[in-house]
Amino acid sequence: MSETEPTTTDAPEPSRRPGRERGRDDGKFGRYGGQFVPEALMPAIEELTDAYERYVLGNEDGFMDEFRERLADFGGRPTPLQRADRLSERYGREIYLKREDLLHGGAHKLNNALGQVLLAKYMGKERIVAETGAGQHGTATAMAAAHLDMPCEIYMGERDINRQRPNVFRMKLNGAEVNPVTAGRGTLKEAISETMRDWATTVENTHYVIGSVVGPHPFPVMVRDFQAVISEEARAQAIETTGELPTDVVACAGGGSNTMGSFAGFVDDDGVALHAIEAGGSTLEVDEEAGVAPNSASLFAGEEGVLHGARTKLLQDSHGQIMESHSVSSGLDYAGVGPELAYLVDEGRVTPVAVDDDAALEGFHRLSNTEGIIPALETAHAFGYLEEHAEDLGERVVVTVSGRGDKDLDAAIEETDKRDVPGAPEMSMFTGGI
Amino acid sequence: MARRTAGGDGTATTGNSEALAAAFADGPAYVPYLAVGDPDYESSLAYVEALDRGGADVIELGLPFSEPIAEGPTIQGAVVRSLEGGMTPDRFFEFVEDLDVDAPLVCMTYYNLIYQYGDGEARSASETSDDAASGGPRAFVEKAAEVGLEGFVVPDLPAEEADPLREACDEFGLDLVFIVAPTTKGERLERIMRRVSGYVYVQARLGTTGAKSDVADSTTESLDRLREYDVPKAVGFGISTGEHAERIVAGGADGIIVGSALVDVVADGVEEDLPTEAVADRLESLSRELKAGAERGHAARTGTAESR
Repeated sequence: MSETEPTTTDAPEPSRRPGRERGRDDGKFGRYGGQFVPEALMPAIEELTDAYERYVLGNEDGFMDEFRERLADFGGRPTPLQRADRLSERYGREIYLKREDLLHGGAHKLNNALGQVLLAKYMGKERIVAETGAGQHGTATAMAAAHLDMPCEIYMGERDINRQRPNVFRMKLNGAEVNPVTAGRGTLKEAISETMRDWATTVENTHYVIGSVVGPHPFPVMVRDFQAVISEEARAQAIETTGELPTDVVACAGGGSNTMGSFAGFVDDDGVALHAIEAGGSTLEVDEEAGVAPNSASLFAGEEGVLHGARTKLLQDSHGQIMESHSVSSGLDYAGVGPELAYLVDEGRVTPVAVDDDAALEGFHRLSNTEGIIPALETAHAFGYLEEHAEDLGERVVVTVSGRGDKDLDAAIEETDKRDVPGAPEMSMFTGGI
Repeated sequence: MARRTAGGDGTATTGNSEALAAAFADGPAYVPYLAVGDPDYESSLAYVEALDRGGADVIELGLPFSEPIAEGPTIQGAVVRSLEGGMTPDRFFEFVEDLDVDAPLVCMTYYNLIYQYGDGEARSASETSDDAASGGPRAFVEKAAEVGLEGFVVPDLPAEEADPLREACDEFGLDLVFIVAPTTKGERLERIMRRVSGYVYVQARLGTTGAKSDVADSTTESLDRLREYDVPKAVGFGISTGEHAERIVAGGADGIIVGSALVDVVADGVEEDLPTEAVADRLESLSRELKAGAERGHAARTGTAESR
């Protein structure tokens, strides 16, 4: 194949790769991106942009060296690229799993959280705030803040707090304060708004550790650059293991940090197809009257608009009011998506696919009982996709296992009990919770 | 271009709207805010008209957006009540047409509602801006001009992203008000002041909107930084009493913007289930208090000037 790399396992320098540079200078991805924030936040955004350029891009004071070292020692990187034997057999192609579930904390989220908390430290900030949906970003931020000795407050929708109690407990164990957000439906969208309000009041001593490749510049590029370690490793590991680049990379997409992290290293490899798997929820139909989209497929079904600091693809009604999204996995439950993904979809570089709740739940059980890996419900969407679309894929497929499923056990019991999921164990003895 | 703004040298003088210029021309301007449609269309009409009777020089009408990131709990509550009551951009424009007030009207909303407004045909007309392909502010501004609005305040639209809206405002003779925060200095301040028209909204303290028992010292510093710019300076965020208004105007403000303190009156009315007239009376008398405070502050300031 023409895109096959020679024997070296060294990835080309980022400077040779225009896709990796995208957005770094002005925060624009074609028509997407930008800095749509209240004026009170602009000086903080400018300060952060300057810090991003100096420490992250310029490795000033050895920032990136310390970041990589801590990712290895505290985080446990590199994570393996593992051949999934049963799935490879089932789908008649090589299926490789990028095991971000093995990162400390059980999800890819630590890559970004550790990077940003460390950056806040380099910037001389004294306090961390962050939002969280499923609680994975909140727990990662709380861990990183404890590790780096920074006070930390997490905003979390009340509904998500009830769906993700173990994660709330983990954050508190790590010494973070968890502030419930009651506005709206009490999910990620409201938590982001509330964290922005906190930040607008406290910009002078506080850094906002945003959890995904969303928000105003420089967050989308910065979070991508921190998460890009996933695909940098996967690319080198694939070449080392198979001698070739993969034909396809499959990653679930909510806000898009796992997606961009999984894609960034491959964006300039034209022969590698990139598949962003979104939460199709119960249906792709929207209820305009109630302002509810029972899915979170903003790349697949959304329209251009401005939310939380960026122009991107959104689930919104005909007036521009933001819809309440839904997914069986609270980590994908967001009405927007990273602006770079919106751009890459328009360019035809990334293919968005919506996988519904049922297929995701089947994927959850399939990976658990065939490969011995219990995935997060977010991740499970990628395996729902494999089952439905494997025949569309090439010979070597990398699927990112973005997180482990321990946090989702109660939700998995409840959702499985409602359905007839092939291969799932009998749920009745667990329906009271575990 | 209709706007009489000097532009290049950073001295925006006045704006496109003569009514807004006149509102600040003699004496301090009292600029109240209410969310339109809170808690329902008819009451909201009565409330805004009460502000006018209470001496409003300009009225900021909030068009509610589902994600009001610059607002504190008070105005968030108003947004929820209004949206639940069925407020939409078209309903908002209808409201402006139905209003019977003397004060010039400014629309305060978030950019996505401006950006999404109108049908495809209207959107594709804005070919000069980078918003041409889909969406764009032109259709919204055209409609706003048609119903008689004089300008906009858009809290999530910084100067860097504002050119398409600025162009549309100039095309239709409307003003674009920018917010200046206590943290806005140097180059940023100039970038904003090159684009502002009508008046500049001086944010009295960091954070979100909301009535406070005191007002911040950072206001004086902000006003000092703005002294060289010849555009009216209206101070907002936290003003809730006549005494606040007096102090702010005595400190050099050309106007005061009051939102949450008034929205609180509406919220109390909902909670206590008061008749519309009772709430309107409270709004009118609070308005008189605020306006009188502003005028006392102005008298003190000009008095001091004369005695020098």
